[in-house]
Amino acid sequence: MGQAITVTINGAKQTKDVEPTQLLVELLRDTLGLTGTHVGCDTSQCGACTVLVDGRATKSCTILAVQTDGAEVVTVEGLAKNGELHPVQRAFASEHALQCGFCTPGLLITAVDFLARNPTPTDSEIRHAIEGNLCRCTGYHNIVNAVRSAAEMMTTTAQPKVAAGVKR
Amino acid sequence: MITHPFTYRAPSTIEEAVAALGRSRDAKVIAGGHSLLPLMKLGLAQPDALVDLRRIASLRDIRAEADGTIVVGALATHRSIAEDRTIVSKLAALAEAAAAVGDPLVRARGTIGGSLAHADPAADEPAPVLAFDALIRAIGSKGKRDIRAGEYFKAAFETALAPDEIVAEIRFPAQTGRTGSAYVKFAHPASRFAVVGVAATVTLKGDGTVERAAIGVTGAADAPFRAAQAEKAITGTKGDAKAIAAAAAKAAEGITTLSDLVASSDYRRHLVTVYARRALERATQRAQG
Amino acid sequence: MTAATTTTYIGARVPRKEDPRLITGDGLFTDDVTLPGMVYVSLVRSPHAHARIRRIDTTAATEEPGVVAVLTGKELEATGALPVFITVPSMNGSKHMPITTDKARYAGDAVAAVVAESRDAAKRAADAVTVDYEPLPVVVDATKALEPGAPIVHEEMKSNLVFTYPVKGGDVDKAFRDADVKVKLRLVNQRLIPNAMEPRAAVAKFEAGELTLWSTTQIPHFVQLIVALNLGLSQNKVRVIAPEVGGGFGSKLQVYAEELIVGHLAKTLGRPVKWTEERREGYLATIHGRDHVSDVELAAKRDGTILGLRVRTVANMGAYLQAFAPGIPTILHVFVVPGAYRIPAFDYEMRGAYTNTTPVDAYRGAGRPESAYVIERAIDRLADEIGMDPAEVRRRNFIPADAFPFNTISGLTYDSGDYAPALERALAMADYKGFEKRRAEAKARGNYRGIGISSYVEICGLAPSKANSALGVGWGGYESARIRVHPTGAVQVFTGTSPHGQSHETSWAQIAADALGITPNDIEVRHGDTFESPGMGVGTFGSRSLAVGGIEVHKAAEKVREKVIQIGAHLLEASPDDMVVEGGKVFVKGVPDKAKNFGDISMAAYLANNLPEGMEPGLEATVYYDPPNFTFPFGTHIAEVEIDGETGAVELVNYSACDDCGRQINPMIVEGQLHGGITQGIGQALYEAAIYDDNGQLLSGSMMEYHVPTAENVPAFKLDHTMTLTTTNPLGVKGIGEAGTIGSTPAVANAVIDALSPLGIKHLDMPFTPEKVWRAIETAGGEGRR
Ligand SMILES: Cc1cc2nc3c(=O)[nH]c(=O)nc-3n(C[C@H](O)[C@H](O)[C@H](O)COP(=O)(O)OP(=O)(O)OC[C@H]3O[C@@H](n4cnc5c(N)ncnc54)[C@H](O)[C@@H]3O)c2cc1C
Ligand code: FES
Ligand code: FES
Repeated sequence: MGQAITVTINGAKQTKDVEPTQLLVELLRDTLGLTGTHVGCDTSQCGACTVLVDGRATKSCTILAVQTDGAEVVTVEGLAKNGELHPVQRAFASEHALQCGFCTPGLLITAVDFLARNPTPTDSEIRHAIEGNLCRCTGYHNIVNAVRSAAEMMTTTAQPKVAAGVKR
Repeated sequence: MITHPFTYRAPSTIEEAVAALGRSRDAKVIAGGHSLLPLMKLGLAQPDALVDLRRIASLRDIRAEADGTIVVGALATHRSIAEDRTIVSKLAALAEAAAAVGDPLVRARGTIGGSLAHADPAADEPAPVLAFDALIRAIGSKGKRDIRAGEYFKAAFETALAPDEIVAEIRFPAQTGRTGSAYVKFAHPASRFAVVGVAATVTLKGDGTVERAAIGVTGAADAPFRAAQAEKAITGTKGDAKAIAAAAAKAAEGITTLSDLVASSDYRRHLVTVYARRALERATQRAQG
Repeated sequence: MTAATTTTYIGARVPRKEDPRLITGDGLFTDDVTLPGMVYVSLVRSPHAHARIRRIDTTAATEEPGVVAVLTGKELEATGALPVFITVPSMNGSKHMPITTDKARYAGDAVAAVVAESRDAAKRAADAVTVDYEPLPVVVDATKALEPGAPIVHEEMKSNLVFTYPVKGGDVDKAFRDADVKVKLRLVNQRLIPNAMEPRAAVAKFEAGELTLWSTTQIPHFVQLIVALNLGLSQNKVRVIAPEVGGGFGSKLQVYAEELIVGHLAKTLGRPVKWTEERREGYLATIHGRDHVSDVELAAKRDGTILGLRVRTVANMGAYLQAFAPGIPTILHVFVVPGAYRIPAFDYEMRGAYTNTTPVDAYRGAGRPESAYVIERAIDRLADEIGMDPAEVRRRNFIPADAFPFNTISGLTYDSGDYAPALERALAMADYKGFEKRRAEAKARGNYRGIGISSYVEICGLAPSKANSALGVGWGGYESARIRVHPTGAVQVFTGTSPHGQSHETSWAQIAADALGITPNDIEVRHGDTFESPGMGVGTFGSRSLAVGGIEVHKAAEKVREKVIQIGAHLLEASPDDMVVEGGKVFVKGVPDKAKNFGDISMAAYLANNLPEGMEPGLEATVYYDPPNFTFPFGTHIAEVEIDGETGAVELVNYSACDDCGRQINPMIVEGQLHGGITQGIGQALYEAAIYDDNGQLLSGSMMEYHVPTAENVPAFKLDHTMTLTTTNPLGVKGIGEAGTIGSTPAVANAVIDALSPLGIKHLDMPFTPEKVWRAIETAGGEGRR
């Protein structure tokens, strides 16, 4: 008993038949093969599954696919534009903000949403902003550095206002 | 993974939503889904139909009415409440409670209507809703009614709502005179819900004495409550440190506090008094402004 | 002969080669593998911690839509038993079947498996399996498990005692007789849940007689070996791939039931099979760590000199012995308990006990955090007892720098060390001198402030193989590497290590680049696929990868370099002794413009028409390296906390650490390992605990109850290092993967106790949760509170 939804994913509008029980993360991973979005828990705690839904960082394990009918979704696969990495991606690499990389897609997305709202954050604001994303490898130290460094990159180089696809 | 099947619809008016709720036995409203979907994933809630409110745009609004009443639509997210200028300046305790919910990702989806309907005893927003004496406007098959916050919360996950009623908006009466408010929280380290959360509003007379105080406490007991003894104790005082401490010490009087892995009943009782004091101090400071 | 002298890349902050795919979502993790025709497994797990299985009714489950098969333990006996790789003396081993048949021994023990067309269908059907259990008395506490009359976990054994492991040196009785002061402590090193962010998963397919298994493992070669042996396949027909692995910390250092089950099912059903753990399931079915209760006694002179140490510990092993479990509380724990100190007499007795809880095995640090906790807490108690600065007590007892190599009282030989400078630098970073002022300021706020030191030593490398064997480790301590230079000059390094966040692709490339005179970008490092591996790999655990695996890459690269020099000298008609290998070229010293490109050399090696007399064609080298000893990294960590006087909530306000892991290949990566390790150690001190009730139910059973630290729970870290090269390998490298976890927990614990010491509080058990601290303050009378 599927239901047709139309959703824009990483800039491409798609119409898909989904079961009401299907979570957005299941649509992304299982149906669309966008496996960059991860599942790290079953209680909506870890943030590994974070994607942008209409510009807001959202746990894709805690939203039904049917609820995204008409929405715009950006996953980690959609952050780079025309082969150019998003500043947050570049900063994560240059600051060594990832080790195993499992939490990374979720953190990148959270950071993109956060910096769109707070382009010049303090370290404690950064820590507060990534509270919903667990990382067991990095101790967060370098993640904080990376978000700060991305903020600097984005404000000094007058990037095209955050990632495309981010509605304010 | 959700293993039990259900139907889904997203009507565009509240009337349709009410009608849809009446149509099946185990139908449930879904708003932000941040209480309901976790339960469904664990198989602890198994509705046969979900009625999504997301297309009912009017429920999202936050607005001030002519008489100063601030109306927060049920679908307003914790994040939009925490960031709303009017709320931050007029209803600081509500803004602080919304900002203290879970984590940024939870706040981006979860709604105040959902929080009040779900009535988790550890939810944050019930505390300021109680402290501000808000009205919960519900719409059901029998029409519209306003429920006073003080009569709304019945027990853990139990409210005065009828099964086919939908929370449409929460109405915060105008705050008059020299009023200040604050919300402070001792969060569960892992779940981030309130182990104890206290919202206080304090209104001062011209001479600086406390004309009125209201204290809403969440997390501590089976249902959020007003700390009536503490409110009485602070009223008429100068709102100085000593008076506040004496009043706060009464904040858990007559209450059976919860006990769990993070906080025993004794400890919760103690936290209520500490956090009541901190909330009163901050609210009073703001009223003195 | 001409050893690499340049260290262009070794020691540099080379950006990670792993990152481009991981920041774009291109990394392939096990659960990302989806194959046509795939079926899904869900396991039925016992809700009881101890229960006889009377009957399993699979009828209803079989009738669920989409179900392919429902199998009980009897039908899955062909998977064979799970392995234990370490045998210590007097050990009572347990038989551990992937699916239990007689009784469930812990809540989470698998009793049946369901295979279905989708994950949802498998889960629904698993819920429909009905099991008739006869609940049995439960034992959760390890000490109680060893008392007479305790419920027996493995009935064939008569008792729950797994082993008694005594280690002695010197005359401890005399030490206690001669002592001016004796301090006594009971220390609980609580049980932890590793919480790698990626849940476990396994995917298998069987095609043309060949089994391919993707698994979230730290040890693909061990998995390959056991899967081949257990499933009756020739080892060359079993390919195990550890693709991206999302953290392990020891929890993936296993051969798990699910790997054997999906392998067996793929083989018998002829369809690809996937199993993915749910997080709450993992809390039950993936190994836990720690869980020691120790009685510690320290004898000393009034001037702080330690005379002897006596420890009696019971380690909770859980319901079954897992792959490396017997070695964790013994080999990796007992020997290093004397730590950084000259301790003349030592008497340790470790006992392991079976209980009705999830099996316990290696969790980051694996035995060594428990060691550091014992000695570092004991030292602080001593300092308190004699009224001496804890830093001074450490200084007085450190093994002096000129005493290395140092034979410890427990029988180890520490390779190299210089402990005092690390302590002094950490003290300076932490502004230790200014601390009392900060304590006083906190007191004025109604708070308690404390500072805590931990000077740890740890063991890395678990080698050489002969020593392993003497200790009961059923496998060698070597590692393997192959370097293949293709005719075009493209270089591939194949390593037997299996990283899951440790950045081997980068570090190994740095090591090889320096030997070959090329850049890390010219080198591809491949790992985690048993069909590509150089040979038998051992894997990544115990901070061994660099000190063993990195060295073997270095050795293989040196071999290739030697051949490059020979060919270069031949082509340039010069003496090999005069050759320089640098900047992608080979040339005669002083004449860089008359050079052969690296690619010219490799092409010549394969054209093979103009090679030095007698030289084999080709350009590659395979090396197995078995190090002569463990390595012993060390350092000092200092934590500063402030405790809310009213609520008992502990805030970690400052953290400084000075570590010494010998030479650093990539300081950026070293620091990252420390940050993560420190955070896990802080987690143990302040937040984390696996808590069971008396019925063996895990109360902290999900991420909603078990607190994995978030960004707001830890401060920015101040790091420094000293560099004392090890003498046991040519690069002078030690290991850093676990140091942070080992050093941090006692530092934080000592800080909390220091904060509370003005109240007369001598000890509290971890984690220092607000209520526990508040109660301690209340009981102590709350002197100094407002
Ligand atoms: C990880 C995590 C952490 C959290 N931490 C906190 C926290 O610290 N503090 C806190 O307060 N909350 C916390 N929450 C809960 C969160 O605030 C929820 O958003 C909120 O409780 C429910 O709002 P919702 O819009 O998501 O409701 P839903 O989940 O959509 O609905 C919840 C219930 O309310 C009913 N309902 C929803 N809207 C209406 C309506 N308008 N009228 C009638 N019935 C309705 C639904 O039928 C359902 O029964 C957390 C949640 C998660 C996942
Ligand atoms: S998977 Fe953990 S929050 Fe979504
Ligand atoms: S990098 Fe491994 S969990 Fe964050």
